[in-house]
Amino acid sequence: MNFKNFREYLAWLYYQYLLITGIYVLEPWEKSIFNSILFSAIAMVIYTSYVFVPIHVRLALEFVFGFFPPTVCPV
Amino acid sequence: FLIRLKKGKSQKIIQSKTAFFPLNCPISLKVVFLCVFVYNNMFVCLFFYICFSVFQVHLASCYGGLYGRPFIESFEETPMLVAVLTYMGYGILTIFGYLRDFLRHWQIEKCSIAREKENQKDFVPLYQDFENFYTRNLYMRIRDNWNRPICSVPGAKMDLMERTSRDYNWTFEYTDRVVQDVINLGSYNYLGFAENTGPCADSACEVTMKYGVGVTSTRQEIGNLDRHEEMEKLVAKFLGVESAMAFGMGFATNSMNIPALAGKGCLILSDELNHASLVLGARLSGSTIRVFKHNNMQSLEKLLREAIVHGQPRTHRPWKKILIVVEGIYSMEGSIVRLPEVIALKKRYRAYLYLDEAHSIGALGPKGRGVVDYFGLDPCDVDVMMGTFTKSFGAAGGYIAGKRELIEYLRSHSHSAVYATSMSPPVVEQIITSMKCIMGEDGTTIGCKRVRQLADNTVYFRKRLREMGFITYGNNDSPVVPMMLYMPAKIGAFGREMLKRNIGVVVVGFPATPIIESRARFCISAAHTKDMLDRALSVISEVGDLLQLKYSRHRIQPSPARPFDDNVYEDIDD
Ligand SMILES: Cc1ncc(COP(=O)(O)O)c(C=O)c1O
Repeated sequence: MNFKNFREYLAWLYYQYLLITGIYVLEPWEKSIFNSILFSAIAMVIYTSYVFVPIHVRLALEFVFGFFPPTVCPV
Repeated sequence: FLIRLKKGKSQKIIQSKTAFFPLNCPISLKVVFLCVFVYNNMFVCLFFYICFSVFQVHLASCYGGLYGRPFIESFEETPMLVAVLTYMGYGILTIFGYLRDFLRHWQIEKCSIAREKENQKDFVPLYQDFENFYTRNLYMRIRDNWNRPICSVPGAKMDLMERTSRDYNWTFEYTDRVVQDVINLGSYNYLGFAENTGPCADSACEVTMKYGVGVTSTRQEIGNLDRHEEMEKLVAKFLGVESAMAFGMGFATNSMNIPALAGKGCLILSDELNHASLVLGARLSGSTIRVFKHNNMQSLEKLLREAIVHGQPRTHRPWKKILIVVEGIYSMEGSIVRLPEVIALKKRYRAYLYLDEAHSIGALGPKGRGVVDYFGLDPCDVDVMMGTFTKSFGAAGGYIAGKRELIEYLRSHSHSAVYATSMSPPVVEQIITSMKCIMGEDGTTIGCKRVRQLADNTVYFRKRLREMGFITYGNNDSPVVPMMLYMPAKIGAFGREMLKRNIGVVVVGFPATPIIESRARFCISAAHTKDMLDRALSVISEVGDLLQLKYSRHRIQPSPARPFDDNVYEDIDD
């Protein structure tokens, strides 16, 4: 596919998303419900991973190496 | 090359690991080595995965003694990712279906479809099974792709009535505009005899002037015209059998004649993908029905053997008759029956063969005589030859052909022969003229050319689709070309996008196919010119890019994936 501009490319990507999830056939209000649920879920996942992943990484390092890397100070 | 590279790399890693793996080293080093080990395994797995996925093409081809020509049939397996995404799509749509049903139940939303009546509340529910749910909540949303009224001859091009819906396909309105010159890739007009000009239309016109349109009586009473007699003689001659008889409807030919041929104490062995009319006929007959896997001769032979060895259940008496029911071309898979093997099996186990040539008659074989001609076999080896005039001949009705005794028997025992009003004279005339044309009896080579044109068009169209990277099913020589779409939304999107670009196609989904194997089905015609096919192909390619339909991961090379043993059927006594 060749696109004239970036906007067209984004529109195509959105179209693919509609087709693959199947919401292409839904009515507009159903589409917006699906989109809002999906995007809020993704937002939550991103937020929680931002909050918790550093802690998990630190714990994992602690478990493997048996000591704290000097730059990370114990809580 | 990529595979080589990966293989080389993984081998190198294996070497380095075995050479250097230290047993007594600090724990941190152990972790590093563990990582290397896992990493290495990953490559090995990846390598095997790639090997398998590249070479695992389901290509069944035979060059055995029974086949005079290569028999190449491909059913590429569904890519894993696509299958997962398809199920996911159906999952999402099902959830929304439940949501809508909930809203309808509590009357938050208007319900426009049949539902349980208030005063029948405690009765057995009528609209709760999966198919009703599917119709309400999935089919309705893309219903605009089907039943479109057309307002011209459904030839190579046709005119469609424009139709819109304001309530998401619950009701349609006609805008009184006509979409003109839509290329027709959907009609079963294999030889292009659906025309309103030319010799067939002229002679049908003449006959109408002479006989009128309706006959208003059955064949056994005063509805037996000289044209009917002539047509039946011609059909028998065309097929190379002793006798033939015609019926007004192809569907009824199957569903009414099988009960006349088989009954209680008989066994019907039916292909799993047989047409609804055959299934209905088999059920109405009251015989025992066993189903074998689609076109799978091992499965058929196993059933035949069991039937012979065990006989009828409980009593263990031998079956009165064993009838094998197959089709020539399967209209949803585009596959051609393995007729030489079926006939070999039938002879070996002394069963009868009922062959439905609805799609293959006229469309296959160098002389257009159907699968029997395609494989160069003797028509007398098939006990009951059935076919329809609805497809290649551009008329209506069906026929049964075979031995004289068989036809005499059916004339007096078949419901559709005794009780149905006889065929309309112009339809009969269309059949006669088109059949004579195919046989070359009209003194021209038009029919012969059309048969050849169809074969060329088919090979060309299939080849181009495969080259573009679409997954197509079926035999290389079959004019029915199913192209896989898989995802539910793509069924609707493909039909709409194609029509927007002035190409009319048929899209098929559940229940006509397994739920994940939705497809578009193109029917190639001799009336399609090269220009039309090229235009259609370029549009299909464009829509294929837009919808990402080019799923195929294989370069198809004909290779004998299923080894065929030449000697299997050698001990056949005729
Ligand atoms: C295999 C087969 N048999 C029978 C029929 C029924 O024929 P008709 O449309 O003439 O009733 C069809 C129609 O599609 C068919 O595909």
